[in-house]
Amino acid sequence: MNETRHRVTLTVNGVVREAEVPGRRLLSDCLRHDLGLTGTHVGCEHGVCGACTVLLDGEPVRSCLTLAVTADGHEITTVEGLARGDGEPSPVQRAFTECHALQCGFCTPGFLCTVTAFLRDNPAPSEEEALEAVAGNLCRCTGYQNILKAVHRAAEIQSEEGGA
Amino acid sequence: MTTKLFGEPVRRREDARLITGRGRYLDDLGRGALAAAFVRSPHAHARILDVDVSAALDVEGLVAIYTWEDLPGALAEPLPLLIPHPALTHGRTAHPLAREIVRHVGEPVVMVVARDRYLAEDACALIRVDYEILKPVVGIEEAVRGVHLVHEDVPGNVGAHLVQEVPGHGGVTAREAVEAAPHRLEFRLDVERSACTPLEGKGVYARWDADDGSLRVYSSTQTSTSVRMAIAAKLGLPLPKVEVIAPDVGGGFGVKIVHPWPEEILVPWAARLLNREVKWAEDRREHFVSSSHERGQVQHVRVGFDDDGRVLGLEVEILHDHGAYTPYGIIVPIITSTQLLGPYKVGAYRVEFSSIYTNTVQVTPYRGAGRPQGVFCMERTMDKIAAYLGRDRTEVRAANFIQPDEFPYDQGLTFQDGRPLIYDSGDYPEALRMLKELIGWDSFAQEKARAAAEGRRIGIGVGCYVEGTGVGPYEGGHVHVTSDGRVHVSTGLTSQGQGHETVFAQIAATELGVPIEKVSVVTGDTRRFGYAVGTFASRAAVMSGNAIALACRKVREKALRIAAEALEADPRDLEITDGTVHVAGVPSASIPLATVAVLSNPLRYAFDEEAKRATQFAGPASDDRPPVAEGEEPGLEGRDYYSPVRSTFAAGMHAAIVETDPDTAEIRILRYAVVHDCGKLINPMIVEGQIHGGVAQGVGGALYEKMVYDEHGQLLNASFMDFLMPYATEVPRIETAHLETPSPLNPLGIKGAGEAGVIPVSAVIASAVEDAEGIAIDRMPISPSDLHHLRLER
Amino acid sequence: MKPPPFDYHGPATLGEALDVLAEAGPDGKVLAGGQSLIPLLNMRLAAPGHIVDVNRVPGLDKIEAGPAGVRVGALARHAAVERSPEAAAVLPLLRQALRLVAHPVIRNRGTVVGSLVHADPSAEMPAVLALLGGSVRLASRGGEREAPAAEFFTGPMESALRPGELAVSAFFPALPARSGTAFHEVARRHGDYAVAGVAAAVTLDDDLRVAAARVACVSVGPVPVVVDVTAACGTRPAASAGWEAAAAAVRDRVEPEGDIHATADYRRHLTGVLAARALRDAAAAAHGEEA
Repeated sequence: MNETRHRVTLTVNGVVREAEVPGRRLLSDCLRHDLGLTGTHVGCEHGVCGACTVLLDGEPVRSCLTLAVTADGHEITTVEGLARGDGEPSPVQRAFTECHALQCGFCTPGFLCTVTAFLRDNPAPSEEEALEAVAGNLCRCTGYQNILKAVHRAAEIQSEEGGA
Repeated sequence: MTTKLFGEPVRRREDARLITGRGRYLDDLGRGALAAAFVRSPHAHARILDVDVSAALDVEGLVAIYTWEDLPGALAEPLPLLIPHPALTHGRTAHPLAREIVRHVGEPVVMVVARDRYLAEDACALIRVDYEILKPVVGIEEAVRGVHLVHEDVPGNVGAHLVQEVPGHGGVTAREAVEAAPHRLEFRLDVERSACTPLEGKGVYARWDADDGSLRVYSSTQTSTSVRMAIAAKLGLPLPKVEVIAPDVGGGFGVKIVHPWPEEILVPWAARLLNREVKWAEDRREHFVSSSHERGQVQHVRVGFDDDGRVLGLEVEILHDHGAYTPYGIIVPIITSTQLLGPYKVGAYRVEFSSIYTNTVQVTPYRGAGRPQGVFCMERTMDKIAAYLGRDRTEVRAANFIQPDEFPYDQGLTFQDGRPLIYDSGDYPEALRMLKELIGWDSFAQEKARAAAEGRRIGIGVGCYVEGTGVGPYEGGHVHVTSDGRVHVSTGLTSQGQGHETVFAQIAATELGVPIEKVSVVTGDTRRFGYAVGTFASRAAVMSGNAIALACRKVREKALRIAAEALEADPRDLEITDGTVHVAGVPSASIPLATVAVLSNPLRYAFDEEAKRATQFAGPASDDRPPVAEGEEPGLEGRDYYSPVRSTFAAGMHAAIVETDPDTAEIRILRYAVVHDCGKLINPMIVEGQIHGGVAQGVGGALYEKMVYDEHGQLLNASFMDFLMPYATEVPRIETAHLETPSPLNPLGIKGAGEAGVIPVSAVIASAVEDAEGIAIDRMPISPSDLHHLRLER
Repeated sequence: MKPPPFDYHGPATLGEALDVLAEAGPDGKVLAGGQSLIPLLNMRLAAPGHIVDVNRVPGLDKIEAGPAGVRVGALARHAAVERSPEAAAVLPLLRQALRLVAHPVIRNRGTVVGSLVHADPSAEMPAVLALLGGSVRLASRGGEREAPAAEFFTGPMESALRPGELAVSAFFPALPARSGTAFHEVARRHGDYAVAGVAAAVTLDDDLRVAAARVACVSVGPVPVVVDVTAACGTRPAASAGWEAAAAAVRDRVEPEGDIHATADYRRHLTGVLAARALRDAAAAAHGEEA
């Protein structure tokens, strides 16, 4: 009983990567175990916790609810690809540190990807918009207050730096 | 630049790797390792008749299948009962793989090892286990009836029974005190089950080195040293041949202190047997049905009190559901029954608990560890007294407070560490004053009336707690200053997101007078520190923090001694600032700590320029003294342990304002205020983070989270879709104020902060909903559906 | 929690997709957004032999809005429909409902048509289709057919989709002039499936009296429960319409079941409360449109 394997080509964090995967291989497992990008975490594998959120062609999606084969030919950004080219953490990453928006850090990559896309589309969010944006990600450590603070702080950093 | 960092909101040193995807959690390790998966019982109570693996043998990539019959020696024995107690007369633990009988849905029966997890699950799906279904025992009341038994040899399903009684003045018993009191109340309270549910499940990854006969195991654990000892014992390996490392751990909250989990010994065993790397990363469904739960209790309360609401006698009977096994003993009900008293003096107290077996997942400590139930009991009692007397709820509490001049205060009970329950310090009246101001307690009545005029229902609630933190027996710290001036700190206990790398570095930097950038901290790695207990009971900062401080003081003393000789000064005149030892007030007479480290280690060989200074021809040496003086050791390092005589006692008070929808019965928290006292703060930012997280879990326990078993013992909501952990939208903003009453028990004056946030939340929300609705709230959690029905019953 | 093995097909055209589906028959399952299907696979609650991934089929992601209504293609994501100004202009209810569907990240991937085919009686989009009397276009190698909502939802998680068929689009008909809509629900957590929910559509006549009023209820029956409450409202100006009577009529019609989140009685009560709220808001919207 040998499963058919499919060759998939993904552009991950700007780099073209290839893997051979069975049809059932989840994108989360492909990123983590086939490509070695373990920054994307798996917290529930039924789409509720959001820890595995990555950007697929720029839009945040659950990588545990996406087959690797479906993503063939598409662009993926993971937490490893959020920092600027020179390695300087992105405004969202910096804001999370500044605001103590993470504790164990396991859910953090999903939040970072979600918030990065959100602030790209909505650079100056209201309280309510920021809340809605992170409301699909579970965190068991922080109580979310500092995560919300970080969303606004990231918006602030982006606008400062964008304006500079 | 100052090197005093203790007490500052220093940013976390962990974050740099965690925000860039460079954290190393268990399943990030061992790429290419074989994967383990388990066939778990689908029945709550059944006899295993036959295991047929034949259909699974064709699965591509299958490596091995094991059942209990395959387990050798000590591995085939029941798992250890970690905390024996004389009252636990019928302690029972599971086998690593079920032997004959399964006692809860999710109990592991067969272990499969395959090339990857997909294939391992394929094989699991094809293994046929025949069961004879036995009558399951579900629910505390069903269990105490004792008609059907979880363990054939445990009559009445009672694992433990414990009574503690503290008589009042003149030896009056609680019963007598209640009977004699001017007013009496009697009622029942129910608290449902919840669970830690960290975002990362458990996991184990083992590498066997056949040439060396040694084993390296990574586990997502709260205690790597104890896992190591358990593995060595179960696998018959010499302890020095086993290394256990807790990598980055994605949350624990108690569930990962239990050890060894079956997988923690089975995976290393399989790795050795197969001579291959093997890894098991628990998935979410497994976590729900095979990792511990907590909280479920039924409490019967009788209280007698005077006209001022002072409690003269209190009798509490607790039925505690500990699930199918008791590997962690009866710590949870002991804590409930002792910490129930909170900041209050009661005239006479009697508490009795029975710890009961049911065919459900085992119960072991979850953040708060029995305290949320105890506080729920006491705080509901306070509210009921206030309601009965028509008095303000905070007044009744104040009337019962232990006063600031009464410390140390002996509650007369035996605590979870087997030591007397003696509170070290606190200022409860001040905490209450601060809380009332923060939430606006005294003006709330007007606010409530205004809301009512608009057709809105709002209510305010309050809850107080005292939390024994920093329990022993000990932790240790090791501090090593290397010749490049870096400071390497290690401690044996583990980290699951509490920011230990930061706070321990703050302590070391402050004690040694070095910039924090020079300090690195390693936790939970038995290669670096072999003696430890673990991370639980809000003890890490108190225990390891003080141990590290003591170790630093040893290093500092040695550094000053060596520097004094080099500078020809009196050590008492020296201080260390910014990593340089200098004569106080004479900055020019100085020597870098790095150089002191060089000088501390007499060398024969110069491996670099700096090392030359310590070689044998480098300078004048005494001919009649050995290079390493008697009683000295080479190198600038120190190790010390902190072992307290008893726990510290942190305290806090919370208040909340809630709104209930008159039509839909939805409950919304409008405001949440916390006054918190954990002694001296090492890092206020991190302490607040701990409080936020705790309150969020408390909100989960008060309004959303509940493990729902049906009568067959099936867990009906074993997913994040139906087990309702709060999202950001469900957690209110938390307003925090700190009170610092230092602990007199330890050098740093600190108390623990890890669990505090969660403890009183159910009590506070119940109090507030009760105030909004005018209906007694005696069960938690409460859902809109529950509230709707309470309204109908009114 | 890993999916069981299956044969994966990634057809590049509609014809190819229909061929594969015809071949696979009852053992075939269409993958579009995957937000409902993949959790079932991961939990091994579904084990189809063939997965037909239609994500590469061109032309299925269209959202066509016109005076008659909105046609949504099989690959139109919830988020795309939610953001479409054209769709919102024709049918504000689409956006009102889509904002209640799970969370934004799920909506980025999940499809409207997929949600209809999944036929969860707790889901919002089946209720919207049922309320508006829309339909689902089903294609197979033999041709196409249009299944009206009333016939499409046949039971909990059951639809009239036959083996070999692909739901290629859904049509949400526009409401007459002077109509308004609203969607109210109560969920345990924000973004969860509703404990109860009510979508309402109210149409006013030239004198701003209630001409038609209809609700569709979620989580209170095996399929979305549509109740026409025009008579219960009475032919009165919207401002003084008998919403409570209408809500009572709705309450009487639904047959909820209890589960771990709510009792049947509470669901029934809640449906009444939400029906009154939704009808009132829908009438206000109808009014506003006229003004």
